[in-house]
Amino acid sequence: MDLAYGPKYRALQEEVRGFVRSHGHLSPRTGGGRKRPDKRALAWQHLLLQHGYFARNIPKEYGGFGLPLDVMELAIIADEFSSAGVSPGIMNQGISMLVPTLLEVGSKEQCAKWVGPTIRGEVIWCQGYSEPGSGSDLAAAKTHARVEDGHFIINGQKIWTSSAHFADMMFLLCRTETEKGKHGGLSYLLVPMSAPGIDVRPLVTMTGRAEFNETFLTDVRVPIDQIVMRRGDGWHVANVTLKYERLLLGDPNKLTYRLARVIELMKKTSLEGVPTIQIPEYRDRLLRIQGEVLASKFHGLRLLSEQAKGEESGVRRLIVKLNGTMIAYRLSSLAVDVLGAAGLPYEPKGEALEDDEATTWQIDNMYDIGLIIGGGSSNIQRNIIGERGLGLPREPTADIKLGPKE
Amino acid sequence: MEFGLSNEQWMLENSLRGLLEEKLSLERLRKVAEIGSGFDATLWEGLVAQGIVGLLVPERFGGSGLALLDAAVVAESLGYHVAPAPFPASVVMAPLALMSAGSEAQQAKWLPKIASGEVRISVAFAGGVGQTGEASVQLDGDQISGLLTGALDAGAASHVLVFLPDGRAALVDAHEMGVAIEMRGSLDRTRPVSSYELNDARAIILDAANDARVVAARVADAGRVVLAADTLGAAQSMFDRALAYSKERVQFNRVIGSFQGVKHTLADLVTMLEPCRALVWYAAHAQDAVPEEARILALQAKAHLGEVGREIARLTTEMHGGMGFTDLLGLHYWFKRVAFNRQMLGAPEHCRQEAAAVQGWLTV
Repeated sequence: MDLAYGPKYRALQEEVRGFVRSHGHLSPRTGGGRKRPDKRALAWQHLLLQHGYFARNIPKEYGGFGLPLDVMELAIIADEFSSAGVSPGIMNQGISMLVPTLLEVGSKEQCAKWVGPTIRGEVIWCQGYSEPGSGSDLAAAKTHARVEDGHFIINGQKIWTSSAHFADMMFLLCRTETEKGKHGGLSYLLVPMSAPGIDVRPLVTMTGRAEFNETFLTDVRVPIDQIVMRRGDGWHVANVTLKYERLLLGDPNKLTYRLARVIELMKKTSLEGVPTIQIPEYRDRLLRIQGEVLASKFHGLRLLSEQAKGEESGVRRLIVKLNGTMIAYRLSSLAVDVLGAAGLPYEPKGEALEDDEATTWQIDNMYDIGLIIGGGSSNIQRNIIGERGLGLPREPTADIKLGPKE
Repeated sequence: MEFGLSNEQWMLENSLRGLLEEKLSLERLRKVAEIGSGFDATLWEGLVAQGIVGLLVPERFGGSGLALLDAAVVAESLGYHVAPAPFPASVVMAPLALMSAGSEAQQAKWLPKIASGEVRISVAFAGGVGQTGEASVQLDGDQISGLLTGALDAGAASHVLVFLPDGRAALVDAHEMGVAIEMRGSLDRTRPVSSYELNDARAIILDAANDARVVAARVADAGRVVLAADTLGAAQSMFDRALAYSKERVQFNRVIGSFQGVKHTLADLVTMLEPCRALVWYAAHAQDAVPEEARILALQAKAHLGEVGREIARLTTEMHGGMGFTDLLGLHYWFKRVAFNRQMLGAPEHCRQEAAAVQGWLTV
């Protein structure tokens, strides 16, 4: 156990601190929901890319900084940016899911074409995975594409496509090989959102905001080379993407940050004159969650060390989403209870404006349920942990033929 | 930065696990449990031979001079095998008290005897660590009187180290005049429950500490960390057994682990359990290296492992069906070990309340 950084890392820490001091004022405001990056955000992104604080390990020819992967360096950069309250750069599904997928399984041409513009924030992607009839059972996707004069002709419907209303591109999972089985019949296509036949309709969630969309595809034409890997490899590619999504959700840094917010709230909120942090029932709930957050935080450090040494983390990594999303929900639930009846006025102001404290906690509390469901719901996580992590046998499945008859 | 165990620590664990597997079959465990002293002479010899008994004792006093993290690694293995060994008090808390509050002469006299296994010291608190039993002790010059319940590792102890309410520690020879020990039947047959009645017993006061209360808290916290580590090991063992059982037990023509009811429970348990290991490691590390976080971490690790341990003990027992409830499988030894650790040195509620006080959230 050595929790100190060596000289190489201390130097990087100093360098990043210097950068944050001299350039931090240029950072866009963090948070604020999902939006298309504005001028300020794009300029900041450019600056981060220049200094290697973003896309540090992506090859230079694709627009990255080209250094070999060193997770400790990434942790230091993330740490310095978050403790200074400065934006770590653009976070969206294209950057955190599609780009690593292309780098892992895409062709050189695809990497050269898409990685640079995506990490610069110029091209925004949305994810075309879930359908009304295939959520947890993602491989049951019915959206299909037939091939005609060098093009895929896509028909179907996708749901939960966040950002689709301002995205440029979609990575889409659809059925191309009708004669092959459920998993073997899928392909992973890259679809421009400007193509004729795409209709995006906002989907209002329980928070009252339109955070997602339904996307309808009618005879959408995409050149046949806009496919990642080959026809029938879609399930494999989709799983590469999902692996990166799981790592995003359940992040222990977020839990530590949120715990601090709840503690602040409990210090300033009183129940008949007594601060809630002094009331045993509320306080014990807080302390119980604190124990869980501490365990998650050090577990995260352990995973980081294992990754740095190139060790397999196995089941330890698979539990992160299930664990983290549930603790996050319990934290926001405690905050909602601390607010009590005073937390019932609910007045969301829309994507661009800051909400009052009670509304923010209520939105967080509901959004946490969205995060428990999204990216593979908790029960799907339990299957993954049980089957891939613990080696338990799968449920017997009924083999149902899917896809349209042609 | 490296968060994890060193190669030496993994080797320490490996060789200890070898010893425990060799010496501690279920039959042997049953025999030792019948006596209920929490002591197995053959196993103890093995622990002395591996240098585990002198783990924390500095090298100049014949020990290995290792850290509390090493002790936590050992405790996890001992818990995994529900080893009847006086570890928390005799190997961790007592030497730590001597090292923190004993004079140079007291250290030179006692630490080598601890490291050689010749002296085994029980630890009892006369208040301050959340006991629910009675404890009232008076010191008159070098004579100590009173009743002490909840002494740790007293089953085969040669001495008892008494923490007075003011934080000072008094070392008493368990075989001296004026010392009576009462052994009760213990829920956990691998650990004794004992009380001492002292009547003008001669005591050696360890009073070289600047702040006796700080030392008492430090010793209690070290005990909490190793009890948490012990629970971690015991819970891991129960989990491993339930997982193995779920892969072999067939009902409705399927192994039960293929049912989501069982699979999801196991997934939940591993999700609870795995992060506990990192928490225990860091809590142990903090006792030596991160003083500003040491108290919160010891208290939270003890509380959290108490909660997770109870949940795992119950659900893994359930998963074995009726057999889990019998004496036959022996699973109950682990269940009771977890239950013992949960209450000793402060149940979760007590530890969390103290963690609140440490963080300034308890002013009333």
